[in-house]
Amino acid sequence: MTHAVDARDGYLAEFRRFADNGAGAAPAWLQELRQAGIERFAAVGFPNTRQEEWRFTDIAPLTQTPFTLPTSPGTRASPEAVEDMLGGATGARLVFVDGVFRPELSIARGLPSGVKLGSLGQALQRDGDLLAAHLGRYASIERNPFTALSAAFVREGAFVHVARGVSVGQPLYLLFLTSGAAQGRITHPRNLIVLEREAQATVVEAYATLGAARHLTNAVTEFVLEDGAEGRHVRIQRESDTAFHMATSQSHQGRDSRFSSCSLAFGAGLSRHDVNAVLDGRGAQLLLNGLSVLAGRQHVDYHTMIDHAQPHCESHELFNGVLADHARGVFNGRIIVRPGAQRTDSKQTNNNVLLSEAARADSQPQLEIYADDVKCTHGATIGPLDPNALFYLETRGVGADAARQLMTYGFAADVVSRIDVPEVRERLDRLVRARLAA
Amino acid sequence: MPPMLEIKNLHASAEGHEILRGVDLVVNVGEVHAIMGPNGSGKSTLAQVLAGQPAYTVTQGSVRYEGQDLLDMDPEERAQAGVFLAFQYPVAIRGVTNAYFLRAALNAIRKARGEPELDPIDFLAVLEEKLQAIGWDDSFVNRPVNEGFSGGEKKRNEILQMAVLEPKLAVLDETDSGLDIDALKTVAEAVNRLRSPSRATVVVTHYQRLLNYIVPDFVHVLVDGRIARSGGKELALELEEKGYDWIKPEAAVA
Repeated sequence: MTHAVDARDGYLAEFRRFADNGAGAAPAWLQELRQAGIERFAAVGFPNTRQEEWRFTDIAPLTQTPFTLPTSPGTRASPEAVEDMLGGATGARLVFVDGVFRPELSIARGLPSGVKLGSLGQALQRDGDLLAAHLGRYASIERNPFTALSAAFVREGAFVHVARGVSVGQPLYLLFLTSGAAQGRITHPRNLIVLEREAQATVVEAYATLGAARHLTNAVTEFVLEDGAEGRHVRIQRESDTAFHMATSQSHQGRDSRFSSCSLAFGAGLSRHDVNAVLDGRGAQLLLNGLSVLAGRQHVDYHTMIDHAQPHCESHELFNGVLADHARGVFNGRIIVRPGAQRTDSKQTNNNVLLSEAARADSQPQLEIYADDVKCTHGATIGPLDPNALFYLETRGVGADAARQLMTYGFAADVVSRIDVPEVRERLDRLVRARLAA
Repeated sequence: MPPMLEIKNLHASAEGHEILRGVDLVVNVGEVHAIMGPNGSGKSTLAQVLAGQPAYTVTQGSVRYEGQDLLDMDPEERAQAGVFLAFQYPVAIRGVTNAYFLRAALNAIRKARGEPELDPIDFLAVLEEKLQAIGWDDSFVNRPVNEGFSGGEKKRNEILQMAVLEPKLAVLDETDSGLDIDALKTVAEAVNRLRSPSRATVVVTHYQRLLNYIVPDFVHVLVDGRIARSGGKELALELEEKGYDWIKPEAAVA
């Protein structure tokens, strides 16, 4: 308890320094957002395992480390390191190193007119009204203290805006690198993606550590899809296993919009990712998928919440976990069907394969249904690889080790194969293979 | 030349319960044998024991395959040596496509035989050729192995695997169960296409129906874990007419 109080005071002091250090010159709406964030955090502090939402995830190791904001620009990340992290993607990208936007590593040209791709810092200069209209409007500071901290320290991140009817042909990459120099540092990447009516875009958001710093990433992404928009969001977290990663991804969908989200957790020693989706227009469709591949003593906690606020919406959710060694996976899948959200069709699946006796998974579905004409199903599995399937593979000539590898790969591919952008899917497939071979 | 398969006094049990109680069977190269019998007689156990299912313990007897001790081989070694079991209940492999799985299996077998592995493009050519030969389209090639397959699709998939892996000894375990007559015919045609003087087939079935299409050289009746009677293809017709009750386990002793 003392630790948590000390830690809270540390962040409050950090906020005062932050506010004195130029942040005070921000427009009024931004100052209000920050103030609301820090007040909320000051009121609730860090969560603990006595709270239902954090029952399985003890963040004591995080609160015991006094993380501070980076004081100098991030060390130079080489273009080669960036290429490596992007896995050969050559298109548009925004690169951030230790929380600082690096225009010289970024490519934002060659996009159709009507597409804005830039840093939040740039957008504050050029697109203040758009930011004021959206930033912080979707990700609730009430739900998670780290989201409140994100609002308090909002300053940098990615801004993507696609005008009505415009389709961005190529995937847009947002790369957040943390360098070895970021030992003991916290960054608060804050991303806003807005697709206007009938706009289309694919955004790939990636987090990685160059080296093995013990750092904390506290990332929040808001993804807004207006009526008829079609968006894809792929998120890859492969930070060092000494890192802490706290995140919220919040989507908000209008009528007849389609959103597909895939979150991959391969890295960090301790991570928690809240993936929240609001279906706020009739006929909206959502695919909410995730995959964690963990080893050693890594811990991942996925909390998903799908809010069916309007009728005739569909959501399909699949989260798979591959857990080796002493790794631990937590999945909490909440689905709310609001009164009046008739004809909701929702399916949730969470499968966990335990590759060792010491690995552990906890899975909790949480269905709250307040409408009567709905279809909601959920299912979860936790266990070792199916011995019948292993035998089946062996009878086809595949050796026992290779059979286990093939089945483990299949478990991961089950999620990745659902990404319908071939270039992104193939890149992730390579990442999955590399991760499983590690 | 030793027989392709020589089973002597085979006893096997599962969870302490004896299921096979002294099976004797010789299968020579080029032959097709049918093993029939009532439910619970041990037909599927025999098929699974031949494939190396670890859930069964062999307590007595021997099985030699081309002169080698089959029981001493791991399941994958049996497959690499040319033994294939078409499962009664094929198993789903999440996230692994049929094409990927088939290539992994074929390459494992090729590697064990000292043959070069096939890259995806060469493999696709092999797969297309096999599909054409058995007259099937590629509709389930890129779907995950057996996942969401209908009963008929699963059985057809077993036969496709057999066509690609080209085993010397194929054991078909109740491949006819759950098939309608058209599916049964296409499966039988595919099996017949693989019949050759250099291979052998053991067809395990409860019903005579399949044997109208895969005509066996020998028919054996398994009752209470022993072969109670053997004969030619006419024995299957007799069983169809009279059922299994007239064959008593004691017949084996006589």
